[in-house]
Amino acid sequence: MNTPTGHQSRRGRRGTLPLLAAPALVCFVGFAIVPVLGVLALSFTTWDGLGEIRLSGVTSWRAVLADPGLPHAVWVTFLVIIASWAVQTPLSILLGTFLAGQQRYRGVLAVVYVIPLLLSSAAIAIAYKALLDPNFGLGAGLGIEFLSQDWLGKPGLAFGLVVFVVSWQFIPFHSLIYQGGVRQIPRSMYEAAQLDGAGRVRQFFSITLPQLKYTIITSSTLMVVGSLVFFDLIFVLTEGGPGDATRVLALDMYKRGFQANLMGPASVIAVILVLVGLLLALLFRRLGGRDPSQSQFEGA
Amino acid sequence: MDTPISRRTVLGLAAGVPAAMALAACGTSGPGTGSGGGGATYWFLNGQPQEGVRTGAVDRFNKANPDAKIKATTYQNDAYKTKIKTAIGAGQAPTIIWGWGGGTLRTYVEADQVEDLTSWFDENAKVKDRLFPSTFGAATVDGKIYAMPCETVQPIVLYYNKKIFDDVGAEPPQSWDDIMALVPKFNAKGIAPFSLAGQSRWTNMMWLEFLFDRTGGPEVFQAVFDGEKDAWSNPIALTALGKVQDLVKARGFIEGFSSITADSNADQALLYTGKTAMMLHGSWSYGIQQADGGDFVSSGGLGFMNFPPVDGGTGDPGNTVGNPGQYLSISSKATAEQKETAKKFFTEGVLDDEEVKQWIGTGGVPVLQGTQDQLAADKNAEFLEFTYDIASNAKTFAQSWDQAMSPTAAETLLDNIVKLFQLSISPQQFADNMNAIIGQ
Repeated sequence: MNTPTGHQSRRGRRGTLPLLAAPALVCFVGFAIVPVLGVLALSFTTWDGLGEIRLSGVTSWRAVLADPGLPHAVWVTFLVIIASWAVQTPLSILLGTFLAGQQRYRGVLAVVYVIPLLLSSAAIAIAYKALLDPNFGLGAGLGIEFLSQDWLGKPGLAFGLVVFVVSWQFIPFHSLIYQGGVRQIPRSMYEAAQLDGAGRVRQFFSITLPQLKYTIITSSTLMVVGSLVFFDLIFVLTEGGPGDATRVLALDMYKRGFQANLMGPASVIAVILVLVGLLLALLFRRLGGRDPSQSQFEGA
Repeated sequence: MDTPISRRTVLGLAAGVPAAMALAACGTSGPGTGSGGGGATYWFLNGQPQEGVRTGAVDRFNKANPDAKIKATTYQNDAYKTKIKTAIGAGQAPTIIWGWGGGTLRTYVEADQVEDLTSWFDENAKVKDRLFPSTFGAATVDGKIYAMPCETVQPIVLYYNKKIFDDVGAEPPQSWDDIMALVPKFNAKGIAPFSLAGQSRWTNMMWLEFLFDRTGGPEVFQAVFDGEKDAWSNPIALTALGKVQDLVKARGFIEGFSSITADSNADQALLYTGKTAMMLHGSWSYGIQQADGGDFVSSGGLGFMNFPPVDGGTGDPGNTVGNPGQYLSISSKATAEQKETAKKFFTEGVLDDEEVKQWIGTGGVPVLQGTQDQLAADKNAEFLEFTYDIASNAKTFAQSWDQAMSPTAAETLLDNIVKLFQLSISPQQFADNMNAIIGQ
């Protein structure tokens, strides 16, 4: 690093790096930082979305924090995060590991599995809604009693359905991440394990899973932060209902802002969402260990 | 602490930069009103047969006025309600704003977003005088007219499937007790008594509107509307709320009603396919059942009546609820030429002879006076005259609650109505929740 060439290249980088980062920085500031500041400002105002914006101090904050709807929405959001994580992670790891194999039929299946990723959330929600319609859906059409339930009308069922459809949509994506992760694991580890007499299950738990640690953290961060702001699918599928059984924070924010014309309180929830999202992301970074360069390949 | 600050400052801060970038990137500016010319924009609801009539009126107007055209865009009902509000707030409103009048119109007026049409109507008395006078109530805010009534008068009607009634050997209900007595009768035959699109929320609300009116007259809700303290705890209100829960408990509504939405017309399909015996729905549903139900309507399968009286109730059984009309406002942000085009459309385009004929063809009664002869000559004469009579004879034609109230209060109301129908709150809890926001 003390050679003249090293010095020079570092200086050269200093000149071009900011330039290269500029487009991303401008977009990030324009599309992320400025709106967040705007929302923060709006949370201290009263505005119906049409008329004049009036500064009103902490009125909106007080109204939202005292509203029994807020703890409920937080609780539902928390449940969606936990449930969709608990359903998606094991299935994605298993599918990813399965798809990492080089056999041709697995390649074919991998293509099939990606299909849900190609569909928009709204389309998925509308399709499921039509399929599960208690009177004109799949159950009634095929005469399958089990499928003719009040899927969107019973709080428990509606919640389960939301988690199921979200998982259906996103498991392919996380499987892809895990597939890549598994393929990064050196073959020599498995060969050594085989020599030591480890079976497939043992190999999975002793090699694959520990080696996937960082992949799991990446995928979990995406899942948790993603579920936190999850909106489109739930909005089309249940509109937060029945009652408020699936009213997650993001939906609560939308309903307050755009249906009830209460932009101040909606902004308060937006600020809460930003804070919680940042906290969760930070938490997952901590889980990843302090030193991200630490090698996982010791002995490989 | 209430200091007004410039809306532009905050908007500029919040949306200006990204919006400018997005616009620069896309190259199109959307259906904004900023770009000039005489070309006006007009947004309304999709869904046949109504959409065809609206589009037809615009097409005819454009043909007659090649230099002042109107560009129409259509939206789904529930999506439109949000979209129009956001567009108006962002200064991107269409020239002609389609709506239901009432509380939403009031928010536009208070934000100075729509033109005051009072003097225009004074100058053009001809335009005003040919419409039902009762339609102007929901177009008027603080004594001034901000919207042009249009399209059809839409009372809520109790529909029933005559074939099912014949099969079961039942008579149409003449009272609330009859309704409650019919419920087990139909359930025993495996037919759900009432169809209901519970996920759409306002569908449930129609039941309360009638039960309130029939039990205690229009005064009960008027007290809420006037902001009287604890108006929802009126014993009559609590009785009415309890009655609807009785009906839910007796399995009066089809199993799984909370999963059904009105935007897909599934609730109406349940009636014409004979899966349910009765349905409370707007008069516009007649046209939908005629279009979608095969020969259900033409073969005389569809029965209809006004909501029956409640035993011991004091409300006039001739009263009705629903939409006294639809409403067209002009955006105050439109250019002078656009406003001219819109007014020209109001005079020449809205409810021209062809449009009137088409509305009648869909089973709708236009908000126009003196159409009786045309109604009587139509193939749907029975239903049309029924609607005309209700609309013209009702002592009170109450506007739908969610349209009459402010959007903020309406949202809380609809949420609580869903919970009431799910039996997750009691009438008393409903009243408490609603009393808390009275006057908003």
